[in-house]
Amino acid sequence: MYYDKLIFEISKEGRKGFSLPKSEFTSHKLENELLRKSDALLPEVSELDVVRHYTNVSFKNFGVEKGFYPLGSCTMKYNPKVNEDIASMSEFNMHPYQPLESVQGTLEIYYETQKILSELSGLHTYSLNPYAGAHGELVGLMIMKKYHMDRNDLLRTKVIVPDSAHGTNPASAVVAGFESIEVVSNSDGTVNIDSLKELLSDEIAGIMLTNPNTIGMFEKDILEIAKLVHDAGGLLYYDGANLNPILGLARPGDMGFDIMHINLHKTFSTPHGGGGPGSGPVGVVEHLVKYLPSPVVKKVDDKFIIEDTNDSTIGQVSHFYGNMGVVIKAYTYLLTVGKENMGNIGRFSVLNANYIKESLKDDYLLPIKGICKHEFVFDGLIDKSEHVTTLDVAKRLLDYDVHPPTVYFPLVFKESLMIEPTETESKDTIDEFIKVMKIIAEEARNTPDLVKGAPYNTVVKRLDEATAARKPLVKYRDLLE
Amino acid sequence: MFKYLPHTQKDIQEMLEVIGINSLDDLFSEIPSDLLGHELDIPKAHSELEIYKRFADLAAKNKYLIPFVGAGAYDHYTPSVIKHIISRQEFLTAYTPYQPEISQGTLQYIFEYQSIISELTGMHVSNASMYDGATATAEAMFMATNVRKRNKILISKTVNPNIINVVKTYALYHGLEVELVEEKDGITNIEDFKNKNSNEYAGIIVQNPNFYGIVEDYSDYRNILDETKGLFIMNHDLGGLTILKTPEEYGVDIAVGDGQTLGIPLSFGGPYIGYLASTKKLMRKMPGRICGVTKDSEGKRAYVLTLQAREQHIRREKAVSNICSNQSLMALFVTVYTAVMGKEGIKEAQANSVNATHYLYEKITKLPKFNKVFKHDFFKDCTIETSLDPKMINQKLLEQGILGPLSIGKYDESKKNLLLFSATEKRTKTEIDKLVNVLEAL
Repeated sequence: MYYDKLIFEISKEGRKGFSLPKSEFTSHKLENELLRKSDALLPEVSELDVVRHYTNVSFKNFGVEKGFYPLGSCTMKYNPKVNEDIASMSEFNMHPYQPLESVQGTLEIYYETQKILSELSGLHTYSLNPYAGAHGELVGLMIMKKYHMDRNDLLRTKVIVPDSAHGTNPASAVVAGFESIEVVSNSDGTVNIDSLKELLSDEIAGIMLTNPNTIGMFEKDILEIAKLVHDAGGLLYYDGANLNPILGLARPGDMGFDIMHINLHKTFSTPHGGGGPGSGPVGVVEHLVKYLPSPVVKKVDDKFIIEDTNDSTIGQVSHFYGNMGVVIKAYTYLLTVGKENMGNIGRFSVLNANYIKESLKDDYLLPIKGICKHEFVFDGLIDKSEHVTTLDVAKRLLDYDVHPPTVYFPLVFKESLMIEPTETESKDTIDEFIKVMKIIAEEARNTPDLVKGAPYNTVVKRLDEATAARKPLVKYRDLLE
Repeated sequence: MFKYLPHTQKDIQEMLEVIGINSLDDLFSEIPSDLLGHELDIPKAHSELEIYKRFADLAAKNKYLIPFVGAGAYDHYTPSVIKHIISRQEFLTAYTPYQPEISQGTLQYIFEYQSIISELTGMHVSNASMYDGATATAEAMFMATNVRKRNKILISKTVNPNIINVVKTYALYHGLEVELVEEKDGITNIEDFKNKNSNEYAGIIVQNPNFYGIVEDYSDYRNILDETKGLFIMNHDLGGLTILKTPEEYGVDIAVGDGQTLGIPLSFGGPYIGYLASTKKLMRKMPGRICGVTKDSEGKRAYVLTLQAREQHIRREKAVSNICSNQSLMALFVTVYTAVMGKEGIKEAQANSVNATHYLYEKITKLPKFNKVFKHDFFKDCTIETSLDPKMINQKLLEQGILGPLSIGKYDESKKNLLLFSATEKRTKTEIDKLVNVLEAL
């Protein structure tokens, strides 16, 4: 049965789901003018009502533990259970204003995590403060800006972003007060060196790159790009969204990048949570360390301290220390994987992607041939005679209990279908996926309307998104009117 | 073999054959050889048993202190059901709900969350969450300066200094100017606001209850702002909104704040959740995800991300903000908290916190070395003046297992004698009396 009730719709006046100790204190009454006029319309439900309601709501979702989730650029790997158990240990649940001498264990986790991230990425020092990838990008670009400001190089107002980049890149550049300009890509999404040379000038603050890029291609001219940008006075920013395939194998710092963020919720296995909380630590080369936002944890005589960077930092970018709970999960993962297995994360994520690519290239249009890294892009079906689109393929996958790949991104192809299997998926799971993709390709040839009408087995069918945007109903009260 | 990598030797061989290469190294042949082969200096792989041992050692290095400070992070009670619900893999391991047909679970709780934020703030529309209250305030500043096409904003000095600092950082790099409005006796100096307010400013940012814990009466602000078409931005404690006058009742345009007060564990400062809500008029200028109701092709009620044309993944450099997904699972957290505590429970937890804080305030200010300093009424933070050294006070309390007050001198040297205390519904009379006894002996 389809459960679509809202928590407000099962509410009954006078019911309750909580118990609090009786107050030992005299009731304090604030002046009437300071109080709200009427109570908020909040649910009144029993504890079982709550548990059953959200259990039923959860059944309408698809998570990594249910099935294959090859969502390109999102690195939907398995989220280990032990990470969750460690992060919920009560000893790490402290007030952020506890004196540092009483939180040495937590600071040691920060310190060790900073160190491992530095070693894996080749950048000198990290701040674990940023809350998410986009937040990390913003912080990284603020560092870029502060660097130029401190050198009184105020003409550098532009940041170069490839047309194949994640949408967040140009948006972050603008929020950080830069103008975002596009560099043309080669057909495989790599940077066109001639186009880059034309753009480089004393107005360029830097360039933002994802390597491998969103088409899964490694930027093989990266050392030349780095030299060109540095010679022109700019800095290189590495968007860590695609770090997974080179993990333990190659390092952005060695490629010439000056600033980068890492998505702990992608590469380091912390759960995506339906869209957060994530964590986007930012690392920099040595001469930029002074700009990092607090906390940068240091070890001095066996004591962990937070370095005082008040005089030189870009400033405060969040209320406290970032998403500590997410950092603990990532540190647990880093220790579990360890030196012995780290390189295999990258290797097997790349093996899985290439295996899918080669197995499906007779049915799906592969615009960029050759070895890819952790992900690759099909430009829809090869046989487009029945006008079955990427959206149709994605919706049909839902009927086979597979989460669809990323669709219509990157923008450089019209029918992009971006597939990232990750290393935690077995050949058996992947073979099943290949089989399903081939069945859908065959359905598209023989019974195209079947695919165009999909999905059939989901709790809801295709949605009317246009009406939702035209007349937005955004809260329970809107439904009562 | 390793437990998170399921590949057998046979699998690897078969896969390499399909790809048409001989070894795993061939997958990386285009990477310049200079970039490969770095010998990693990181810890060895830990078995699960070793993991537990390692973290037990780390945990033993932390010492829990009973908090008598809030200042943006409050020790409220967390009902048991919440962690069980938010740990369900369906919620925990899903991505952003880009495929609505199999993401109705996430979309529905976002819709419930938005409804709760709208009820508490009185505002027309909430987004799906922000990172924290401080960054939400900075995003509200972007929204206001963008809407009004003015590059200056006012902020009251009674706003939590950490929030002011974050706003200033965001403003500096974006190219905006932040002007502080003076305080007087612990509240925003309205005369200074009137003097400074002009057509150059996009509006004003205030906080309620303010940094000192005082509940300010902002009734006159709407009219003052209307003279200059300024926008009214209020940062408000979310739990407190079950009791206090709402941003909507004050005529606010953008309501923001932190949702930590809805039972989110202290967790050394995160993850928490920021909220941002606004008027119908400004809905299309808001940052972040917004969920709306629609129908599927069979007429069933369903939920979907809407008004996405505002967002970075569509508009790229023209987007109103760079924010993507952010604290979704924490939105589920506060939604479940609100459901289980309900209409009466949140109010009761908040009122008990207010009562405990007032008890603490009266007891401490009866001690000879501690004095009342502001005449205005307060919520669950209170400011007390002392003739003693704040560092010494906190050191003595630490020895007794107590986390003492925040020394306001940390932010402003001229206020080095001011201490910010707080108590929640979790604090008992015995605990508070113990705190008072330690202070009395100083």
